[in-house]
Amino acid sequence: MRLPLYLKGSMKRVYFDNNATTPLAPEVFEAMRPYLLEDYGNASSIHWFGQRAKAGVEKAREQVARLLNARSSEIVFTSGGTESDNAAILGIVEAARGERKHVVTSTIEHPAVLSTAKLLEKRGVAVTYVRVGASGVIDPADVAAALRPETVLISVMHANNELGTVQPLEEIGRIARERDIYFHTDAVQSAGKIPLDVEKLGVDLLALSAHKLNGPKGVGALYVRKGTILRPLLHGGHHERDRRPGTENVAGIVGLGAAADIARAHLAEEHDRVAALRDRLEAGILASVPLVAVNGDRAHRTPNTSNLTFDHIEGEGFVIAMDLRGVACSTGSACSSGSLEPSHVLTAIGLRPEQARATIRFSLGRFNTEEDVDAALKILPGVAEQLRAVSPHYRKEAASSQHSAVSKS
Amino acid sequence: MSIAIAMSGGVDSSTAAALLADNNSQASSGSSPEVVGLTMQLWNQRRLPQLLGEEAGEGGHASGRCCSLDDVYDARAVATFLNIPYYVINLEKQFEAAVVRPFVAGYLAGETPIPCSLCNTEIKFAQFLTTARQIGAERIATGHYARIRRDQKSGRYQLLRGVDRSKDQAYFLFGLTQEQLACTEFPLGEMTKQEVRSIARARRLPVADKPDSQEICFVPTGSYRQFIDAYLAEQQRQPESMPGEVVSADGSVLGEHTGIQNFTVGQRKGLGMAVGAPLYVIALDPKKNRVVVGEDRDLFRSRFQVRDVNWIRPLAAGDAVDAHVKIRHNHPGAPARVEAHENGQTSVEFLEPQRAITPGQAAVFYDGDEVVGGGWISQVL
Repeated sequence: MRLPLYLKGSMKRVYFDNNATTPLAPEVFEAMRPYLLEDYGNASSIHWFGQRAKAGVEKAREQVARLLNARSSEIVFTSGGTESDNAAILGIVEAARGERKHVVTSTIEHPAVLSTAKLLEKRGVAVTYVRVGASGVIDPADVAAALRPETVLISVMHANNELGTVQPLEEIGRIARERDIYFHTDAVQSAGKIPLDVEKLGVDLLALSAHKLNGPKGVGALYVRKGTILRPLLHGGHHERDRRPGTENVAGIVGLGAAADIARAHLAEEHDRVAALRDRLEAGILASVPLVAVNGDRAHRTPNTSNLTFDHIEGEGFVIAMDLRGVACSTGSACSSGSLEPSHVLTAIGLRPEQARATIRFSLGRFNTEEDVDAALKILPGVAEQLRAVSPHYRKEAASSQHSAVSKS
Repeated sequence: MSIAIAMSGGVDSSTAAALLADNNSQASSGSSPEVVGLTMQLWNQRRLPQLLGEEAGEGGHASGRCCSLDDVYDARAVATFLNIPYYVINLEKQFEAAVVRPFVAGYLAGETPIPCSLCNTEIKFAQFLTTARQIGAERIATGHYARIRRDQKSGRYQLLRGVDRSKDQAYFLFGLTQEQLACTEFPLGEMTKQEVRSIARARRLPVADKPDSQEICFVPTGSYRQFIDAYLAEQQRQPESMPGEVVSADGSVLGEHTGIQNFTVGQRKGLGMAVGAPLYVIALDPKKNRVVVGEDRDLFRSRFQVRDVNWIRPLAAGDAVDAHVKIRHNHPGAPARVEAHENGQTSVEFLEPQRAITPGQAAVFYDGDEVVGGGWISQVL
């Protein structure tokens, strides 16, 4: 039977693209509301209005610090994950002494880190990109092997945005401490999903973004371990202890604090609940659609992410077909959507270009339910078959091997 | 019935989308309209920034061209206005392989290629139809001025020029297969450009007063020579342009040229020679790297070969038919005898000689309004 092209107006839409961004939690919105309306002061002002705003910012700083097991004086608010990553990497390297400088990072970092590393290379800094295997997990020994006497920074992400794979930061942190090298991590995809403890992880700098944990867009934070010497990225007033000038985005910062607080309070139960939903979705797909492979180490993933290669499917068409029927998912990351080159992460774990193009990311979140998963599973096999019916390779293969997919549905 | 409409951001495809959306919402079935708008992203203008000119500047984009960000913006605005789902699909790789490379190779081989026909056949119909099927649409539509009719007797689909004689886009569509014609709609086929404009205005489409595009979409400056040089430089290929001889029809050397890709049959300017009667390029000889020049009357020829012919109304090898033949888009067409050979080869003989029959251009065969077939001019005899 042909699928209807569109979702009917009354049908509920399902959002499985939480690694791109998440919906704002209603509690977070409520926490922000007064700072958008009544408490509109500039947090630097002396008067009552300013003090109200300042109080909101400082409360948020404590909330974020608590999520990370850090001190509130170690939290700097920024405009988001990209700024935090840039500020950390450029700030450390530019403040470091020495003629020759070297940075170690990985091939699967977010563009906020990779593009910054490329900029450093243009400025004469040597950069080593540690590679990963099919697991999508970095081997700490490879990081240790990449170090040089002049290494000033290691930057390795906590959880990968496309695969969800969680990197062994504790081991890398130990290596960094032994060698007295600064260690930065992009924790944008792990914050609020898995425990984050800067002491346990041994990181000196950590970037996070509010909108990935049901907070507002346009605000993030950088954890900077006490005593870390960082040259600021931006120049201006004396905000954020001279570490980040610019009038504070008070409502946004308050939203980040509230989101961090909620995430911390519900971390364990949400982890298990979302993991169960993700596993239900993944198992359902594997049971109903042939020729699907799970990418990345399934045992070391964030609980919400499933990255699947559907052989002989054009990812772009799949995402459109699913969206027309009410389910939002993505090819690779939102940042690389629409770009021509296959995802650098999928390439790094050894996928061929045609496999990378056939790869879909489902990323679940706090507001997804079992009904969402079942609604997606209801339409997904038909969509997959519809796409494969158009693929000349699949038709050929099906005809020659009497593939199980052909008789299905 | 579900249909995907190709939206370029121009007034034609936007109006076509509006007509489909209106039809669907008026349908008595009561079900949601099943129209989805798609824009094919075919070429990234930022790839060759040196062609964007000063007004675009660094990081800017050429406006009013196919695939510029402005056009995608316009298409999206129209889809939002019509309240239909809309997506941009990236076909840049396919476009480069199927259209840009053959375009450049054609010029380097001394032809004057017409990329729009190739784009229609390879991208706008073949690829677009594939994508439409992937997402679950049964039919496709474009804003071309052309008509499709089903011949009741044979059951075959016919391609006809649009009723607006000034906008014959059927010329660019001779490559359509029966399968493609069977699931294609041209909502503007029965309309004139003027009517389309007035519908767009009456419907208050955001692009109602947008000027028509003119140039080849991926050549922002309108200079294909600049494009070829920039593209070859990007590909790290030296332009294969080698200076060579300018000769007369009898072979006597009259001067030097800068590379045959810089010349087109019928061209008068740029030969850099002043010899009595005006001289024209009458042929390009890639083998000997020569530009052959002659007088205007030497441009008038009758017989030529056509390759890769697609017959919309079938013609068996060895059979011949009388047809009205157009040798370029703005050629009015002239009566000719068309004879089909094996492997899509066809020979054409005009009753009266025609000026500047140019290899690389499309020759399209008409019977009245109907496009019988067409192919690529390979050789002038």
